[in-house]
Amino acid sequence: MSDVRFEAPSSLSEAVRILAGAKGASRALAGGTDLIVQMENDLLEPDLIVDIKKIPEMRAIKPEGGGFRIGATVTGMEMIEDAGLCAKWPGVIDGVKLIGSIQVKGRATMAGNLCNASPGADSVPPLVAAGALARIVGPNGTRETPVEKIPVSPGKTSLAPGEIIESFFLPERPRNSGDAYLRFTPRTEMDIAVVGVAINLTLDSAGVCTQARVALGAVAPTVLLVDECAKALIGTRVDEAAIDKMAAAAAAACKPIDDKRGTREFRIKITSVLAKRVAQKALERARHTA
Amino acid sequence: MSKKHHITTIVNGDEYEALCETRQSLLDVLRDELRLTGTKEGCATGDCGACSVMMDGRLVCSCLVLAVEADGKSVDTIEGMASGDELHPLQSKFLELNGLQCGICTPGFLIAARALLERNPDPTESEARYWLAGNLCRCTGYDKIIRAVLSAAAEMRGA
Repeated sequence: MSDVRFEAPSSLSEAVRILAGAKGASRALAGGTDLIVQMENDLLEPDLIVDIKKIPEMRAIKPEGGGFRIGATVTGMEMIEDAGLCAKWPGVIDGVKLIGSIQVKGRATMAGNLCNASPGADSVPPLVAAGALARIVGPNGTRETPVEKIPVSPGKTSLAPGEIIESFFLPERPRNSGDAYLRFTPRTEMDIAVVGVAINLTLDSAGVCTQARVALGAVAPTVLLVDECAKALIGTRVDEAAIDKMAAAAAAACKPIDDKRGTREFRIKITSVLAKRVAQKALERARHTA
Repeated sequence: MSKKHHITTIVNGDEYEALCETRQSLLDVLRDELRLTGTKEGCATGDCGACSVMMDGRLVCSCLVLAVEADGKSVDTIEGMASGDELHPLQSKFLELNGLQCGICTPGFLIAARALLERNPDPTESEARYWLAGNLCRCTGYDKIIRAVLSAAAEMRGA
């Protein structure tokens, strides 16, 4: 077993230069909670690891344009401890809180969760529902991409060689907005989503839904952003009939596999159940935020 | 053949130097190079928490940290938990209330429980169970561990 070249650059441009010039398999290292496991299990033998945690602008959560800029190496625990972020985007935090143990969240990042490209990644549906943008930096410059465009299939992303996620942007929220994420797992902790549902919605002063985004995890090769679900909610008071219609649209959008965690039929059924619960939770939050 | 990395890490307040390969975990270096074998290897994939340590004040699985990442950082392990011959209240309560059987998970539980009590000196049973969900024990059934943690918390609060 040959050893692996290791670099820990202190600037983003240097990280991109090293990754873009790499021959063989290279990986950016943030929290390492997937990467190191894959190396340990001999699923991955990288020739180069680039630790991106020494790049200052990737380490922070900062207010920006009424929303938040979250650096790609910000850990789950750092997000959970940020009171401002928790108050504004509780659904994103719902997802982050479900990633592994406290130990894992002490290292794991949303960028890693996204780039690992598991269909069951818990932070991805709420980021998609939030309309989060990823800022990607690579040898050809910087681009901003909706989070849902990044995973393309299990384990594969749309990032080009040498590209890394620098940060996420969570936009400013209108008044009376709420988001939520729930997943189904056989255990309450330390498990992988059988189904995950995230909903982000905004109400007007009369309580009518003006914007909605519904994202489903673990029921297709990638996270699904389901327009039909949003349409079922927008223009309604998010009453029982609207929620039922949205849940039916969610079930119809599912393209799940059968595996040891659940059958196809079970996943579709649970998607509908979870969608209703998540809508209620998001609605409660929208009504109780200024 | 690539060169070994020279790392300098503060472990339990003392400065240590080690040479490591990129693939070596912090756990490997603690145990095999520094001979601090109190930190245990269970799964080596971040699922069991037996290798829990504090790195720069953050609870982590040392099997999921590359040793080279610990360069310039401060690491606290089970070896630094007691003050000389005086056990930490968590250690005393684990002994008194039989919060261990085979003992392999115990250092990880103690480090994780101390991290909990530093953040939350008065956790509910539910909070303690969720916080410790990343530490697996195949002997005790957890109940005695949770009782020991809550009892130590009460003692540390002076309750």
